[in-house]
Amino acid sequence: MSTRRASVSTRTLVLVGLLVALVLAGFVSYYASSHPDGLEFVAGDKGFLDTAKDHKSSADSPMSDYSTKGVDDPRLSGAVAGITGTVLVLVIAGGVALLVRRRTHVGD
Amino acid sequence: MHVPDGFLDAPTSAATGAVAVVGIGLALRGARRELDDRTAPMAGLVAAFIFATQMINFPVGAGTSGHLLGGVLAAVLVGPWTAVLCVSTVLLVQCLLFADGGITALGTNVTLMGLVGVGVGWLVFRLVRAILPNRLASVAPAAAIAALVSVPAAALAFTGLYAIGGEAPIALDALATAMVGWHTVIGVGEALITGIVVSAVLAVRPDLVYGARSALEKRTLEVRTSKVVEA
Repeated sequence: MSTRRASVSTRTLVLVGLLVALVLAGFVSYYASSHPDGLEFVAGDKGFLDTAKDHKSSADSPMSDYSTKGVDDPRLSGAVAGITGTVLVLVIAGGVALLVRRRTHVGD
Repeated sequence: MHVPDGFLDAPTSAATGAVAVVGIGLALRGARRELDDRTAPMAGLVAAFIFATQMINFPVGAGTSGHLLGGVLAAVLVGPWTAVLCVSTVLLVQCLLFADGGITALGTNVTLMGLVGVGVGWLVFRLVRAILPNRLASVAPAAAIAALVSVPAAALAFTGLYAIGGEAPIALDALATAMVGWHTVIGVGEALITGIVVSAVLAVRPDLVYGARSALEKRTLEVRTSKVVEA
């Protein structure tokens, strides 16, 4: 398929990329800054942060705010949430991509 | 930049919801032109990578933090329409499972980070690519510049929405200044991450980088097309 120098296969690239994502979500995320983000900071500064409402349904989610209910260790709790989210996003976005793609190798 | 419920009034949220639905509908059609058997797996990876990276807020000073929006990263790697789908998937999962970003604000967040972030970012990327020489080496710098611009662009769009339907009476010029100012700083982080990740993929598989196609076609003149067009 490629006449250029030996390159990494798509499968290897996707697997390595996924591994990096899982390490980021499952491990590095523990060390993320807990300061408010840009919007939250500005909202607090300008005095409209208190107009924010927590929505009932998803605040009750077992993983609201990236911690897993029932898992006491904060590191593990965040890791389970991060890895679950990463896999879920991979499945949904990957599934949509597979559905809408042009099927280049079927037909004739 | 995840907008929670309550910042914007119901009519504005409904309007951005409608904009988001139309945008995603168009993206589903447009992504068909960007994705084939070879590149489809990249779309899932890019979305998962953006989700993971968004968990990592980096400090930007004065008690504030930011995280990657990922719109330009996705657009350059898998194409702008597919990028809208990737970012929207991330926002949907964050909103429903992690209570990050409001449910009534989901349309607003898709509009800001998906449509505006990707749209403005892709236009800037195309513009910079048109100015720089059409070479592989131009792709990552163009992506970084586009990423830098996309973040304050989304922040400015938020201010615009707040002007229409904000729930609190805020001085809009001060809001615009603060939003664009902070998000320009966050945009530097966005530019760094986008530039590094695009460079990394370019180094191993430039053929999988959507935004590098014109540079690659120029480099290998006499290739392909015939089979794909006939199919």
